Amino acid sequence: MTLAHRLGPGRAVPPGEGRAYRVGDEQVAVFRLRDGTLRALGARCPHAGGPLADGQLDLAKVVCPLHARAYAFADGRCPEGGGVAVYAVREEAGEIVLDDLPVGSERV
Amino acid sequence: MPDAQESLVVIGNGMAGARAVEEILARGGGERFRITVFGDEPYGNYNRIMLSHVLAGEAAEEIYLNPLDWYADNAVTLHAGVRVVRIDRFAKKVFADDGQVVPYDTLIVATGSRTFFPPMDGMWLDDRTLTPGVFGFRTMDDTAAMLAYARERTSAVVIGGGLLGLEAAHGLQQHGLTVHVVQGGPVLMNQQLDEEAGAILRRVLEQKHGITVHTGQRPTAIRSVGAVTGVVLADGSVIDADMVVVTAGIRPNVGLAVVSGLTVERAIVVDDQMRSVDDPDVYVVGECAQHRGQVYGLVAPLWEQAGVLADHVTGADPEAAYHGSRNATKLKVAGVAVAQMGIKRPERDDDEFVRFSEPRKGVYKSVVVRDGKLVGATLLGDTEKVAFLTQSFDRGLPLPAERVELLFSLAGPSEEQGAAEMDDSVQVCNCNGVSKGALVACVRDGVCSLSGVMARTRAGKGCGSCKPLVAQIVEWAADGAVEEDEKAGWYVPSIPLEKPALIAAVRDRGLRSVSAVFAALAPDGEDAGSKMALASLLKVVWAGGYVEEKDARFINDRVHANIQRDGTFSVVPRMAGGVTTPDDLRRIADVADKYAIPMVKVTGGQRIDLLGVRKQDLPAVWADLGMPSGYAYGKSMRTVKTCVGTDFCRYGLGDSTKLGIDIETRFSGLESPAKMKLAVAGCPRNCSEAMVKDIGLVAVGEDRWEVYVGGAAGASVRKGDVLATVQGRAEAIRLTGVFMQYYRENARWLERTYDFVPRVGLAELRALLVDDRDGVVAGLEERMQTAVDAYVDPWQEGAAPSTEGQFADALPLLPLPQVPVRDGSASPAGVPVPRADGAMA
Repeated sequence: MTLAHRLGPGRAVPPGEGRAYRVGDEQVAVFRLRDGTLRALGARCPHAGGPLADGQLDLAKVVCPLHARAYAFADGRCPEGGGVAVYAVREEAGEIVLDDLPVGSERV
Repeated sequence: MPDAQESLVVIGNGMAGARAVEEILARGGGERFRITVFGDEPYGNYNRIMLSHVLAGEAAEEIYLNPLDWYADNAVTLHAGVRVVRIDRFAKKVFADDGQVVPYDTLIVATGSRTFFPPMDGMWLDDRTLTPGVFGFRTMDDTAAMLAYARERTSAVVIGGGLLGLEAAHGLQQHGLTVHVVQGGPVLMNQQLDEEAGAILRRVLEQKHGITVHTGQRPTAIRSVGAVTGVVLADGSVIDADMVVVTAGIRPNVGLAVVSGLTVERAIVVDDQMRSVDDPDVYVVGECAQHRGQVYGLVAPLWEQAGVLADHVTGADPEAAYHGSRNATKLKVAGVAVAQMGIKRPERDDDEFVRFSEPRKGVYKSVVVRDGKLVGATLLGDTEKVAFLTQSFDRGLPLPAERVELLFSLAGPSEEQGAAEMDDSVQVCNCNGVSKGALVACVRDGVCSLSGVMARTRAGKGCGSCKPLVAQIVEWAADGAVEEDEKAGWYVPSIPLEKPALIAAVRDRGLRSVSAVFAALAPDGEDAGSKMALASLLKVVWAGGYVEEKDARFINDRVHANIQRDGTFSVVPRMAGGVTTPDDLRRIADVADKYAIPMVKVTGGQRIDLLGVRKQDLPAVWADLGMPSGYAYGKSMRTVKTCVGTDFCRYGLGDSTKLGIDIETRFSGLESPAKMKLAVAGCPRNCSEAMVKDIGLVAVGEDRWEVYVGGAAGASVRKGDVLATVQGRAEAIRLTGVFMQYYRENARWLERTYDFVPRVGLAELRALLVDDRDGVVAGLEERMQTAVDAYVDPWQEGAAPSTEGQFADALPLLPLPQVPVRDGSASPAGVPVPRADGAMA
């Protein structure tokens, strides 16, 4: 069972940028692609702790601002190894709604 | 259907085990065998050689040779993180530590090696736990643990000065640690180098890299207080250190073989088909195999063994036999190229020994010739002859009568001959086991670019030392029809245009925003890695007419500050020419107090840096400072450093301070392909280091100024070239602007002036910018003036953010370990520092 979290207004994430949110004990970066849709990944780059919400992005990936590691929105993977959690995120009535468990995990 | 298949079990998922499986699949073994692989590391198969790069923090391209989905794609069952504890050779079953029992028809043992920890007091906490701060350097987990530990530490001792030890030392040093290497014997890398070559390598490591080397010193104990504090040597001296890396050799993992009744001497004894001498159904490959008395610890022999094994296991060549490998290595250690084959020194009276040694340049070359054949060669620092020598060594080719030609290419293209004459079976890339034949086949398949061949074969993607040879072979095989890597010339990877064509397209089609450029010119749409370069170029082309899109900018340019390793920012107000006032200093001090700024530092560019500012505090910090941005974060004009010039200095020949302030004020914040650091010196004593700046002006008297361009004193050191000597400050400013605009319009993205100036050529630059041969100067001046007029201080955005949440913190939202704050420099005593969780320290 995942819990849906309401993270506030969708306009808080401008096109092509990311913003970081605290969801329970996790830090999640929410991105708005230039096609208007949202994506969400773990906020911290596993390589050296860089803030992914400050990265540059395109339709497929975000690039960490510290050492340019790229993480795919589809599966959170980095070509150089390692990866971040992927979260399901959507917009409902202008509000960002995020499932608090990463895609592929289950609450036990 | 599976029942018709025989069971093939592989114990060990390292480079040897996985390579054996690849070779078996390549011979159609996937039809005949149901393949199961056990690996005690919880990963796919990775390239152990690349761990050095990972440790050094370099981008490790494709460390995984076989990622997890490769196993699934090839119907290979992988049990990663599962260890086999027993083989029952009579029942033909293996038993794993998770309780699994798997029957086999054919078994491959590829258990590899482990780190050897020499007996030393204080090494172990208990039977199986190392003292905190002691590491081996063998696995991905070792490397990750070392990286994590090194982050908060300042010094390390590496025990063992062989290849791996020097790689570890180099890697840790890249993270800012002070590193000592302790080598028991007298010679570094004594497996590969003789005394003289070892001494030259030592000199390079000590003088160029700042690594301290102790040879002939036996470490006897590790000191610790909860964690490592130092290493005691046999002479009683102590090296203080926060961590210890042990690289004093490896030992084959043979415990499983011993309990399973296989003959083990130094390693598991095998015949010429790579089978255990005790059991024709058990094959052994890699570092755990002993063949004709030899145990190999390098990767090249392992490729040969895996090939023979696969030929035999699959029946592709039942006659295949391994005859041992000749000992030849080619590698890079701490950035120094090393190649060694055969013997290091003459052994018989009539052996010829030809040597060249140039310690100051870190170059050493020697060859040993016996009966007209090459039997040994050592190359350090310069391996241009390695292809020719390897081939002579492998094939016993006739040698040039002038033996010196073994060491140097005296005349003619011997390297190209090397590529042509080289036998197809000669291994070119040792790291990934790629032969010349494989490269040639790839080119024949129609891949005609160097990057294409490298991507397909993995050649050149390990240590990289073979790249020049790969390039030569590709060129030879393509018979001159090598496709230039067309992307190499493009300004950004997503748009197939070189910079001049891209600028023309942008102008002609009126593309004023990055998204418009992508829409019009990028075949595959937007690309994150291209955005910053395009934003910079559009600013150069359109100046004030550029349409800003925040997402096109790197974070530094979005928030006008420099991101630090912990996600905080550094703030540097403009202090033109390095001149400030008591009033400005007071305001800086007040801001540092008010926002509890952890570090205040004077920069190399003569300004004051406020480090550790949270993103959300930036607008308030700027407002309180009331000073313009100093642009310490952009690919742009940064600073103009000055000396005190004529106002106070007894020696000054020109008013460098005023000229510096004028230049910094005029060209403030101008975007450029890479950062530009400037300086003005009042006399040739060069106190402001103007001769090693991107642009430097030096007063030579009577208001005459030398204009230097293309200098550097960073990762590269280069003295600038004098573009011209001009009369008067106004003329100096004008020529500075002309050069700057030419650089802005013509340099490649991230190409510093020290690369740009030699590429274009000083003579050409003088003809273009000083003599105005092509009549371009007026246009450059005009466009520069437009750019200057369009300048707006970006810190004004603090008052009215341009996007919602522009200054919202991105991390940490939860308390996280932060960059340690230096004692004494934090904040005045008694001022509490707020912590991330809101409590007061």
